Amino acid sequence: MSDMPQREAYGRALADYGDVNKKVVVLDADTSSSTLTHFFASRFPDRFFNVGIAEPCLVDFGVGLSLGGFIPFVNAFAAFLSLRAVEQVRTCVAYAETNVKLVGHYAGVSDFKDGPTHNCVMDLAVMRAMPKMTVIVPADNNEIINWLPVIAEHNGPLYFRMSRDKSLPVHTEGVKPEIGKGIWVREGNDVTLIANGAMLGRAVQAAELLAERKISAGVLEIHTLKPLDVEAICLAAAQSGAIVTAEEHTIIGGLGGAVAETLAVNCPVPLERVGIADRFPLTSKSADLLMDHMGLRVLDIVAAAEKALRRKER
Amino acid sequence: MNYLSEARILELEEIARQIRVESIRMIYRRGSGHPGGALSAAEIIAVLFFDKMRHNPANPLWEDRDRFFLSKGHASAALYVALAKTGYFPAEDLWNWGELNCHLQGHPDRVKTPGVEMSAGPLGHGLAVGAGVAMAARLNKKRCRTYVLLGDGEMQAGIIWEAANVASKYHLSNLTAILDYNDVQLDGSVHDIMPLEPLADKWRAFNWNVIEINGHKIRQVRDALDLAEEVHSLPTIIIAHTTKGKGVSYMENSSKWHGAVPTAEQLEIAMRELNEAGGGI
Repeated sequence: MSDMPQREAYGRALADYGDVNKKVVVLDADTSSSTLTHFFASRFPDRFFNVGIAEPCLVDFGVGLSLGGFIPFVNAFAAFLSLRAVEQVRTCVAYAETNVKLVGHYAGVSDFKDGPTHNCVMDLAVMRAMPKMTVIVPADNNEIINWLPVIAEHNGPLYFRMSRDKSLPVHTEGVKPEIGKGIWVREGNDVTLIANGAMLGRAVQAAELLAERKISAGVLEIHTLKPLDVEAICLAAAQSGAIVTAEEHTIIGGLGGAVAETLAVNCPVPLERVGIADRFPLTSKSADLLMDHMGLRVLDIVAAAEKALRRKER
Repeated sequence: MNYLSEARILELEEIARQIRVESIRMIYRRGSGHPGGALSAAEIIAVLFFDKMRHNPANPLWEDRDRFFLSKGHASAALYVALAKTGYFPAEDLWNWGELNCHLQGHPDRVKTPGVEMSAGPLGHGLAVGAGVAMAARLNKKRCRTYVLLGDGEMQAGIIWEAANVASKYHLSNLTAILDYNDVQLDGSVHDIMPLEPLADKWRAFNWNVIEINGHKIRQVRDALDLAEEVHSLPTIIIAHTTKGKGVSYMENSSKWHGAVPTAEQLEIAMRELNEAGGGI
């Protein structure tokens, strides 16, 4: 499934999973032809609910279905799920500890066509600040497929964040990921690149470029922003002594923020954060182009790694 | 319809009176709370918990129970009294309300308090959540009903009308909303702050079945709840006209008593008025 957009991999896998788990119900807010939950809708019309453009109601209606014993997958654009419906998420999902799966689509800058209003580079900061919330950022299509049964079987509030488009493939199908357990994608001693989402594939490419420059860079995927794998991050700090984070999100409050907090408290080493600076994105002709423009190039990761190394050696 | 005898009506009136008395005492003791909206909802809560709803305090998660959602979570005192009196938790807990080790929160908390179906407080959630619960009951082929007690201030929130759309689209006739229409909110009269009328017409325009009653008349409350079950394609809203602070003269129709705490002297007056009133206020 590596040649299709993330949303298509998700939409098709969710429809297939609907056969396996009859408790799964799917909700959408007039975006089922974008999130591709329409695959599920056509297979299971009685378990699909389109509430129209009403994200707050979408979340609360899903909460009600969860109270009735179902496992609601609540789908909307990440920008509106995490911002327009944030009080519903806080009160009725996180605080009330309901078994709701919030699925934020078109996250980061992947909605390049619609521009800054539909880009979403602060959802992870919002969700991560909520007690009881589990926050997961899959890297590629295979990982999305691998996560689906895991998140459905996890009992509790959960935010699952996806891109609109393709991302560089890293994972194979059929490997069961574990919530809160980082994945070592590549070993390396000089510097560790910690990444998630669409930036994981770019981090792997950066590590390859660094290897050509005789720098041994490890790659650690922190797919679960909450609960955070503090142990893996500290191990990375101990082994390499220099860290770079890479995320398709503002450097405030997301992966970079989480790793900075962890290092500062537990195991301080030089850290460089690759992510979106404190500014709004733009409209573009492609997601890759926009990612590059916003400072998320492979070369930005490479430069950050070299900077972190220089700071380590000082 | 289930005909209520005069004796039964007297019993339920007495329960509503006790809900008022205990709510005010709880608020006085804690030094905070919302008396006005607890008092206006006393008969509605009395009829639901002590007469209408099928529920089992010994087994709060009984699958076939009717569900009650206090969307106007500020009236938590009245709900807590009803839950304690029906046996969900010991009555002594009411006097520890607000203590750090007490499960009773300022607003209802489903995780901490047995019998509370959903956490509430921020206004507007109950109807959308209730619609989801009603839909789940239908999918589960359960005959249980879902009741949502709404405040009139909530009618100003957009999500109420989003939920009105959803309940109507899916013909959730197993969902009954009850509006405690006391026409008073924090800053003043609802009709001044943000007028709602013509409210019944608005709900009809959203394809809801509308029943209007006096929310302090036990028989009217019970009849309306029964009538709602006779409608098989639409959700029902019972617009219950009520008086904020009902039963305590100085609290009635006053926004000052939305969230105020009586002094010792005021408490005494309130108790005297409520006790003097006997069964029927």
